[in-house]
Amino acid sequence: MVHEIILAGFGGQGILSAGRILAYAGMLDGKQVSWLPSYGPEMRGGTANSSVVISDNPVDSPVLNSCNALIVMNRPSLDKFESVVEEGGIIIIDSSIVDRDIKRSDIASFKIPATQIASDMGNMAFANIILLGKLISERKTVTVENFEKALYAVLPERKHNLIPDEMKALRIGMEYAAE
Amino acid sequence: MGQKLLMKGNEAIAEAAVRAGCLHYFGYPITPQTEIAHYMARKLPKVGGVFLQAESEVAAINMVYGAGSTGTRVMTSSSSPGISLKQEGLSYLAGSQVPAVVVNIVRGGPGLGGIQPAQSDYFQACKGGGHGDYRQIVLAPSSVQELYELTVEAFNLADRYRIVAMILGDGILGQMMEVVEFRDEEPIEHYEKPWATTGHGGAREQNVITSIHLSPAVLEKMNQNLQAKYEIIKQKECRYELYNHEEAELFIVAYGTVARIAKSVIEMAKREGINVGLIRPVTLWPFPQEAFEKVIDRAKAFLTVEMSSGQMLEDVLLAVNGRRKVYFHGRMGGMVPVRDDIMNIVRDIYKRHVKKAE
Repeated sequence: MVHEIILAGFGGQGILSAGRILAYAGMLDGKQVSWLPSYGPEMRGGTANSSVVISDNPVDSPVLNSCNALIVMNRPSLDKFESVVEEGGIIIIDSSIVDRDIKRSDIASFKIPATQIASDMGNMAFANIILLGKLISERKTVTVENFEKALYAVLPERKHNLIPDEMKALRIGMEYAAE
Repeated sequence: MGQKLLMKGNEAIAEAAVRAGCLHYFGYPITPQTEIAHYMARKLPKVGGVFLQAESEVAAINMVYGAGSTGTRVMTSSSSPGISLKQEGLSYLAGSQVPAVVVNIVRGGPGLGGIQPAQSDYFQACKGGGHGDYRQIVLAPSSVQELYELTVEAFNLADRYRIVAMILGDGILGQMMEVVEFRDEEPIEHYEKPWATTGHGGAREQNVITSIHLSPAVLEKMNQNLQAKYEIIKQKECRYELYNHEEAELFIVAYGTVARIAKSVIEMAKREGINVGLIRPVTLWPFPQEAFEKVIDRAKAFLTVEMSSGQMLEDVLLAVNGRRKVYFHGRMGGMVPVRDDIMNIVRDIYKRHVKKAE
């Protein structure tokens, strides 16, 4: 199984770090992984995206022209990437921010008001983790155990006190009955 | 092997340099390689080294010239437009035979171009971007692991031959994260450097590091010495990878990021019963002619794929020397070749050269 995942949203929503956490957890699961950020000038205040590959075999190309899972945290990202999801793939949408449904019928979509839920939890920065939760429950991308370890490895030490709450956010995402 | 880390390519280069005993880094920031400078700024002071952000790329390469003249391990890094500015310095380093490691994380050109990945500095790196009859060793990694290993190797090669060793990457390799497994101990080669300007308190004759020789006879002799050295490097230091080559009749030739994409094309082709091999030059200079000799009898055609208008293509044509047809596919300006596009070309070449013959 090769997980080819694109994560996209505004700069500042934790799109790049969500990708890094996922890749790190994949590494701990014993998989081959790559993470590639967009590094264009659009990153400042505009859209950001990162491509993650998690595979049993060496990763041929970190550049994704198509993917089998997409997480979008803003409308421009859905507009840009909806068409590159392979048939049978999934799109996970932060429906607190994205105000439209997907147009295609050959892929599945899951709408979660992640930013609203995170805000109710008291920390908007958990929205990306909630969406990753849905990804993990739908696609078994990485194990929950190693996801937690990856949080400790990737996040700076001053944020480690937040990790128990991040794991709560992950479980909320995993169990959320999305439309 | 030792520690495993998930690391950016640029960080892996910097960590490798420190591990290889690099004590001095001079540079000027430019996307997509600035993380190298960040990393060196953090690390070098802790190991007794010097990090200095120069006022320009021209200043940085001349600082490299100065530090390298003392025989200590030194590095600079930049991306395409910045490397253009360093060309005068690189020519002086070659003329004076001062070892140094230079990293070019290539972006699209010409001019200021863009910041997305490209391979359009192949000519500049391999054919002499500066003036004079000189060469530099050019290493082309295709993974973060290889960025680490080849950077360590670049320092050894630079010292072994008193030459500039260049790491030629691209924006993807610099920016991507992959798992790197670090060795417990680096294979650092130590060389006597009796030529270095180290200070001697009158105990020996003065060492002079210079590239100026106003007598044509002396300058020609110096050039002949350089050429003899380059000949030895050609004999001894060619590196390449042959992939899926045992049964293949068609060969893709690609380096760096594009070689990875080529490998995914090879897997696609296998599923269609088309057997494609890969020649991946790891040294771009010296160019690995030997890899072509190993497969030429069986090869029916070659396909060179690059993120350029066809620069390595010229060396491939020289290596094949008219014996087989060589095709080319290239993208420019920061666009990356797409595996489906390459696969379409492979199918076409297969029909023309293999299927017809059967």
